[in-house]
Amino acid sequence: MMPAMLSKKNGGASKLKKGAAAVLKYFLLIFASFWALVPLVSCIITAFKSDEEYRNTSVMTLPENWLYFKNFCIAWQKADMFSAFKNTFIVLVVVISGSIMISAMLAYVLNRFRFIGNKLIRNLFMIASLIPGIASQVTVYQIMNKLELINSLAGYILLMLGTDVISIYIFLQFFENLSPSLDEAAILDGCSYFGVFFRILFPLLRPAIVTSAILKGVSCYNEYYMANLYLQDKTKYQVVSTSLFTFTGPMGSQYQYICAGVILTIIPPLLIFIFCQKQIYSGIASGGVKE
Amino acid sequence: MKNTASKPGIITRYRNSMKAQQMTVTAVFMLVPVVLLFMFTYLPFFKMIQFSFYDMKYIGERKWVGLQNYKDVFTRKDCFDALKLSLYYMVGSVVQLSLALLFATLLTGKTRLRNFFRGSIYFPCLVGGIAVGFIFKFFFTHGFILDSILGAVGFDMDSLPSWLKDTRINNWVLVATSVWRYMGQNMVLFIGALASVDSTMYEAADIDGANAWHKFRYITFPSIKTIIILNLILAVSGSLSAFEMPYVITGGGFGTSTFFVLMNKLAHTNQKVGLASAMSVVLLTLILLVTALQKWVEKRMDGGATKKRR
Repeated sequence: MMPAMLSKKNGGASKLKKGAAAVLKYFLLIFASFWALVPLVSCIITAFKSDEEYRNTSVMTLPENWLYFKNFCIAWQKADMFSAFKNTFIVLVVVISGSIMISAMLAYVLNRFRFIGNKLIRNLFMIASLIPGIASQVTVYQIMNKLELINSLAGYILLMLGTDVISIYIFLQFFENLSPSLDEAAILDGCSYFGVFFRILFPLLRPAIVTSAILKGVSCYNEYYMANLYLQDKTKYQVVSTSLFTFTGPMGSQYQYICAGVILTIIPPLLIFIFCQKQIYSGIASGGVKE
Repeated sequence: MKNTASKPGIITRYRNSMKAQQMTVTAVFMLVPVVLLFMFTYLPFFKMIQFSFYDMKYIGERKWVGLQNYKDVFTRKDCFDALKLSLYYMVGSVVQLSLALLFATLLTGKTRLRNFFRGSIYFPCLVGGIAVGFIFKFFFTHGFILDSILGAVGFDMDSLPSWLKDTRINNWVLVATSVWRYMGQNMVLFIGALASVDSTMYEAADIDGANAWHKFRYITFPSIKTIIILNLILAVSGSLSAFEMPYVITGGGFGTSTFFVLMNKLAHTNQKVGLASAMSVVLLTLILLVTALQKWVEKRMDGGATKKRR
């Protein structure tokens, strides 16, 4: 019996230690999630408060009625979010499909063919990804001005397509894992290189397409700097990210509307996040994401 | 016999036609991305270098001033102060990476609600910049969210500072929001790296009676050292170009104007295009130097767990 008791005693001590470690671990995790979520949750709370409630209660009191949607309606109208969502939708569809086509084609050529300048072009794209978007806006602005692309949705779309390096990386990486024997077999069967790309390889790229569509979509949805700079006519060309600018100025302290507006703009990425977590995480883990 | 004689000819011709087709495909497929790359990255880049030698506005005459803009970048007090601010963000990014590593480690073992914790720490990365700006203006308003929370745990609410206006602390506050926003990204990256560490090593360590710290120090850390160092270097160039948080939360007011916030203001409000260009060139040079260092480290440490192949 002695050995059993001994081991039990030891087990108790190590269990205690383990228990303490677990407590510390969950304390830290809860602490971190708390601070990660508090700014967002407090926004949700405030968005559901009536004007009177907002003025008279503390910011941390829960709203009386969780079905009070008037702030959302007001925010939706004031910021003209219908047209904002419409414009953003157009931009997203064109930019996502365009950037997938462009980067998949480029990655195919760079990965499959050896030619003079292959390495050079890879490096040029790599260096381009290092240049922060804001750095060269001074001169990009001038170029856009000369091309008369300021205040045009097409110009903004072109710009978003042109500054895309993330997708190229994702596709390059994916092609490296696709065996060239596929291409060879298709060529022997009389397929042209165009055919190889469009009929054989492109359908196989699906996982990479989904990942790059999500990452490109989210970054494009959230982009505000260039949207603000190049889509200056806010009545015609506002997108979701810039629509929130409505709330600066005289409305700057009416946080019940601001919070409602903020929540409205966060819903799409939240849904994407809930349904596509896996792709987002794997996209980041593959190192394809640079700011 | 006839056949064998003509066969090489056919093959060569076939090869040549494939070669020609390859070249066509290459040219067609590369046309759009390369044109866009030059139009929106390299043309602006070279124009920027050119502009940096002029005193100019967007419209109107330009005057050649040689290196004067560069002298200004290093002697103007606002430029120098802005550059100093990136030190705050560098400290912040070290904290950010340490926290990311800590939480990645915590989330790698068996954990209840793992997805919830990972998700809630990561989600801030997906919130748009302007929304983040409003959220934190609200969060830090006197008597609002942060003050109430601190009040609830026993701080005297009246003695709390004005988080965004008090110049002694506001830069740290902005750095903290930056950590809030970007830490999840690093964490997810580290979780991916940790998943590739050989789990049998941990089992062996368990048998040897190693504790959690030993396991981290002697197994985890060495296995992902390269990816940590690479991220650290990336974080340095990120700190140099810190822009979003001060831009959307304080607009660069109250002494929070980082280099790019200042540059943006000089370029678009004051229209000092030459000076702004010189600032960009200086910062890009710094970033390229840091990246060269990163490439050098990557080469030297090759063989480590830099690249994971699925």
